[in-house]
Amino acid sequence: MNTRLRRAIGTALIGALGVGTLAACGDEGAKDTSSKGTESKTVTLVSHESFTASDPVLQAFTKETGYTVKVLKSGDAGTALNQEILTKGSPRGDVFFGVDNTLLSRALDNDIFVPYEAKGLERIPDAVQLDKDKHRVTPVDTGDICVNYDKKYFADKKLAPPQSFDDLIKPAYKNLLVTENAATSSPGLGFLLGTVGKYGEEGWQDYWKKLKANGVKVVDGWEQAYNQEFSGSAAGRKANADRPLVVSYASSPPVEVLYAEPQPAEAPTGVSTGTCFRQTEFAGLLKGAKNEEGGKALLDFLISKRFQEDMPLNMFVNPVVRDAKLPELFTEHGVTIDKPETVAPETIAKNREQWVQAWSSLVVK
Amino acid sequence: MVLPAVFFAVFFAWPVASIVGRGLRTDTGWQFGRIGEVLTRPDLLDVLWFTTWQAVASTVLTLLIALPAAYVFARYDFRGKQLLRAVVTVPFVLPTVVVGTAFLALVGRGGLLDEAWGVRLDTTVWAILLAHVFFNYAVVVRTVGGLWSQLDPRQEEAARVLGAGRFAAWRRVTLPALAPAVASAALMVFLFTFSSFGVVLILGGPAFSTLEVEIYRQTAQLLDLPTAAVLTMVQFAAVTAILAVHGWTVRRRETALRLVDPATTAHRPRGAGQWALLGAVLGTVLVLIVAPLAVLVERSLSGPDGYGFTYYRALRTADGTFLVPPVEAIWNSLQYALAATAIALLVGGLAATALTRRAGRFVRGFDALLMLPLGVSAVTVGFGFLITLDEPPLDLRTSWILVPLAQALVGVPFVVRTMLPVLRAVDDRLREAAAVLGASPLRAWREVDLPMVRRALLIAAGFAFAVSLGEFGATVFIARPDRPTLPVAVARLLGRVGDLSYGQAMALSTILMLVCAVSLLLLERIRTDRTGEF
Repeated sequence: MNTRLRRAIGTALIGALGVGTLAACGDEGAKDTSSKGTESKTVTLVSHESFTASDPVLQAFTKETGYTVKVLKSGDAGTALNQEILTKGSPRGDVFFGVDNTLLSRALDNDIFVPYEAKGLERIPDAVQLDKDKHRVTPVDTGDICVNYDKKYFADKKLAPPQSFDDLIKPAYKNLLVTENAATSSPGLGFLLGTVGKYGEEGWQDYWKKLKANGVKVVDGWEQAYNQEFSGSAAGRKANADRPLVVSYASSPPVEVLYAEPQPAEAPTGVSTGTCFRQTEFAGLLKGAKNEEGGKALLDFLISKRFQEDMPLNMFVNPVVRDAKLPELFTEHGVTIDKPETVAPETIAKNREQWVQAWSSLVVK
Repeated sequence: MVLPAVFFAVFFAWPVASIVGRGLRTDTGWQFGRIGEVLTRPDLLDVLWFTTWQAVASTVLTLLIALPAAYVFARYDFRGKQLLRAVVTVPFVLPTVVVGTAFLALVGRGGLLDEAWGVRLDTTVWAILLAHVFFNYAVVVRTVGGLWSQLDPRQEEAARVLGAGRFAAWRRVTLPALAPAVASAALMVFLFTFSSFGVVLILGGPAFSTLEVEIYRQTAQLLDLPTAAVLTMVQFAAVTAILAVHGWTVRRRETALRLVDPATTAHRPRGAGQWALLGAVLGTVLVLIVAPLAVLVERSLSGPDGYGFTYYRALRTADGTFLVPPVEAIWNSLQYALAATAIALLVGGLAATALTRRAGRFVRGFDALLMLPLGVSAVTVGFGFLITLDEPPLDLRTSWILVPLAQALVGVPFVVRTMLPVLRAVDDRLREAAAVLGASPLRAWREVDLPMVRRALLIAAGFAFAVSLGEFGATVFIARPDRPTLPVAVARLLGRVGDLSYGQAMALSTILMLVCAVSLLLLERIRTDRTGEF
């Protein structure tokens, strides 16, 4: 017999082995996708990594409407949206959740949503209804990107924590702040937009020059900034972090309490209320959705009182509907930001790249 | 040859070509003008320059540090060798965010070096280079050491008897035999560091950027597909050039070698020199690899009130972020990694066999093609999957199989690279002899090829498994929320504020480390049980 035949038998053997292993795993995986027959009863929500909802709430939706929610999450907010844009017309799901005001124009310009006026929209303030005329997107939550401070550091130093953008460039706070790269991180971009909102398209670069002179440190992502550089976080304390000011979220202090063991009576960190940029997150019905009716029901559900009240402790954001109550953890350890900075989505869309470029060469290089 | 070719065409070439095509083609036709536009941007040229020189430096440094270790692991017997071999492979599976944390604890502010000598390496290129050595040490130790331990030391002894000096004997006999494996290892390290992503982001800070980082930024953040497409092509061209050079320098040196049972080549160190070498290697491993890992373990155990297992216990409960308890990620990871290893062994094994048997330009091109996934960014492949595998019969976008497929793509090059030197070293006359003596083809394969390649096969399996276990970039795109893998779960925990979350992330990373080490030890155990058959 020739070599080729021998080889063929050998490969067939290896092949059988491999396929056998695969099949064993396949059975396990197949169970999860076996709901194919009941396709119309499943509604698929596509979102970013931070989306979370508690089980009982999702079950309540199934009970009310008969639809089962399947969640597909991938990447951060920007990545997830870009995936939707790329798969336009043949989406992976029915509803997309997680486009925020910094990216809204990109979503609308690419025309990935079908207009739908969700039930209960009247309970949402006009200020966050950024597509009020066409209803291509529905606001679902808001969150504030703010400077957080390490309470212990400022107490020990007998120094008042900074409260505003103006404070951050004062000599007393030299070399204390760490922020994220605006080019790669969503809180980093939010903070940059906050300064644009505050000082205008003319003045923000000047402000950043001063901030740089005052020793602001830039790291790439929120995880590094918060866990490795910020002295107020649990991880930062272990890592001997030495920056008592960090760009994070207004909801970070209550979360510090929630995920601590045992839970402290008071949050170890505070929020500089005058340094905030407001983000609003939207959801929309995807063009080409296989289950349009289910998608509409899901959109209604996302702004229902039940879902809205479930959100804060899962995603650490604020509800948008007026009748939703905040959990005690938020009212006790959190703050309400009365006057956050905002920038119109169209202005952001027009200038985002250019601002980030300018910011990079000003601060990073 | 057909199966690997189809596999690569469908799961690599097509998705990547589609996404690049999407970037370069508009309604008005191809936009080749964009290529020149992007290539003349000074900031992007800076990126290209930095990418190249740091990869060269990282590769040289890794070889310098790891080659003595490859020798020690191949030739010396000492207690705990197997365990140590498993430990050096652990960095391979750890999420870069986690490793970055550990590394900063050593070389960053307030780290060990800082306290001892006031040396701080964070946000310098040194931190990046050291981390690259940390990650790629095992590549050299395992691929080079694997072949080295099977080389017959008596050949070198023979040369010395004939009058060659110690160094001359090594240079003339052992080095040529090792060259293909060293080149393979260097190539893989180069590809990994050339397309380095997480390490550069975390340890280098925003001032350093590689092509891979830039492609990610352009694709995932800015959706500037034309620029991303051009950069992908640049990376592609660079990697292809490297592969061509590699193929050209190595091909002629691969010859049939006399392979022997590794158990007979290793001995206990003798004399002060050998003990010193062993000591130096162990010391390096201790400082460079064990110390960062130890930091993670320490952090996972140090709870709010002293050392304990608080964070580990907390992994058993599901909460908002996790629909299932985080510990279930262990089982998910193992399943995915097993499936990915099976695919990688099947595809890679077939490809390596085909490459050994046939010659010619086409086959050599195929050899290079198989390595390309290591040099192409995960985000390009991930986005490519998304826009190509969306129609029946290949509507795999929401299927579980996508995860092991993507992981196998990175595992296959390891299988091919590990098996190729050994397969090529098998003397074809042995097979012919078996056939002449009346062995059936299957029997000849089992008696001649299998014993020779079993060790390489296991090393390859170990790599494929470790790569799959630790794969994050592509997995995070496609993993289903109810079935997170260990690295995905760690990333989710790190993305959350709070003492407990951070502790849990460290605990889960420690578990990931243990799962990897134990799996690799089991693989090694299988091997030693069978050495009697050799």
